[in-house]
Amino acid sequence: MNLSPAEIQAIQQEASHYERPSAAAIEALKIVQANRGWVSDQDVEDIAVLLAMSPAELDGVATFYNLIYRRPVGRKVIHYCNSVTCWMLGAEDVRLAIGARLGIELGETTADGEYTLLPVVCLGACDKAPVVMVGNRTRFRVDPAGLDALLQDPEAD
Amino acid sequence: MDRPLTRNIQPNGSVTRLPEYLQTGGYEGLRKALADHSPQMVQQLVKDAGLRGRGGSGFPTGVKWNLVPLGDGAPAIRYLVVNGDEMEPGTFKDRYLLEGDPHQLLEGAAIAAYAIQASTAYIFLRGEYHEAAARLRDALAEARQAGYLGEHIGGSGFSLDLHLHTSAGRYICGEETALINSLEGRRATPRAKPPFPQIAGLWGKPTIVNNVETLCNLPHILRNGADWYRGLGRGEDGGTKLYGVSGRVKRPGLWELPIGTSAREIIEEHAGGMQEGYRLKGFLPGGASTDFLLPAHLDVAMDFGSVAKAGSRLGTGTLIVLDDRTCPVRMVLNLEQFFAQESCGWCTPCRDGLPWAATLLKDLVEGRGRREDLATLERLCGFLGPGNTFCALAPGAMEPLQSALKYFREDFENYLPPQALADAAAGSLLAAGGRHG
Repeated sequence: MNLSPAEIQAIQQEASHYERPSAAAIEALKIVQANRGWVSDQDVEDIAVLLAMSPAELDGVATFYNLIYRRPVGRKVIHYCNSVTCWMLGAEDVRLAIGARLGIELGETTADGEYTLLPVVCLGACDKAPVVMVGNRTRFRVDPAGLDALLQDPEAD
Repeated sequence: MDRPLTRNIQPNGSVTRLPEYLQTGGYEGLRKALADHSPQMVQQLVKDAGLRGRGGSGFPTGVKWNLVPLGDGAPAIRYLVVNGDEMEPGTFKDRYLLEGDPHQLLEGAAIAAYAIQASTAYIFLRGEYHEAAARLRDALAEARQAGYLGEHIGGSGFSLDLHLHTSAGRYICGEETALINSLEGRRATPRAKPPFPQIAGLWGKPTIVNNVETLCNLPHILRNGADWYRGLGRGEDGGTKLYGVSGRVKRPGLWELPIGTSAREIIEEHAGGMQEGYRLKGFLPGGASTDFLLPAHLDVAMDFGSVAKAGSRLGTGTLIVLDDRTCPVRMVLNLEQFFAQESCGWCTPCRDGLPWAATLLKDLVEGRGRREDLATLERLCGFLGPGNTFCALAPGAMEPLQSALKYFREDFENYLPPQALADAAAGSLLAAGGRHG
């Protein structure tokens, strides 16, 4: 067991909300990922023990959900929305600009380990398209020519 | 004009905290429900009000609740689940409600839980809504502290534990039985129906799943009555509706209007009409999984029955505008790529059919289309249509495709290479296959 006491406590707290501990599987994966950046094979095994699941069953869950990372990602994941309204209003230009600026393609991480660029489905802010999420912060009306603000905002975590 | 749902929502995006919520009559609806109404009376009131589900399907809320077994001999445990998995492309209404006035949702959830006598409820929130999650956590703490949630609410015999669950992506989680699987910590594949969740849902217990906007209506129905609520609508449906417009209009945005407001009023008046240099070519009335409508349909009342009569669905009531400089074929390709990616993979027509449709569309726009591909796309609309798949994802995906094929046929055909070229391409493919075979 390489989970920290704080992680174990947070997972058990979530598990207490449900009839069965396995219901906390997704929250547990997110708790560990928030601390470690991604979810390793060892993490899957440890969480599975804690929630009385088989590691294979938990990995089936982990690999189903696109916001759970089973491979290392950058400190900030940039999710650019590629759904219909953002697509109409320039999402592809946004993607190309971010990729060129950071020197990465979709799914890649910058050499300094700072950013990973991924697509995401509609972020639910189509009246403010195009929309990009940097870390946990959603940014609206993103201008491909003004990425400094997007990437250097100190509040973007 | 009454705008009950958005009365506390500030243009600057700030959140309404408990003291301000109480000043505008907050939690009076819940108090009234607990003091003067049996659960059955709440159900009847909501039926009389004509409230229909705002998540996309439009099922009458009171009727849905009525399917939950209550009383002697009914299972002791029942659950209410709030569907806050807003992920239908083009839809951004629940975000406003969640971020702007979280107590309104908590009060609505408590009223719904009382109506079905559930003592545990969950808010299922999509993982990307970080701001909404933070505001809901604050509101939950405030409501528990003030006794609007928890043991013996308002001194009554009713108690409710309400928990927030944040999800981790995947559009299919919005399908109510997939959502239940996800809430149980599983892959979000839909379940076979029957049994319906109202009978056997979360851990086999009777479960109601209601959309955020649906629940936000309840405090107002309780406070002001069914007649008042019905009077808010312009047609046969009751209440107001959150309508949104995105795309190349002058003022994209969201407005609370009488349900049954025309698409013309929403697009031309509230959204300010099309941007300079763009003309309206069509629109999806209620999100990505609704059929296209045309400028000729602008006077259709945006209520469940009228939009259905026009050949589409009200869906989420958030319109996506197609302008004359955006190619409808490429727009449909974007939509089908979305649906193909978001298929959970459980049933074959959806898992295999959606990527097939997306591939044919991609070939078409890249100049590799063949005339028979258009017939194949049309056939897929049937193969993936209602009754042939495990849930509504693939049939929903076919709605924009089938209507685009009908209304924008010429745009599809314009992508076909001249016949000679097509024949030549087919011939060389055969030759290539032969060499490798």
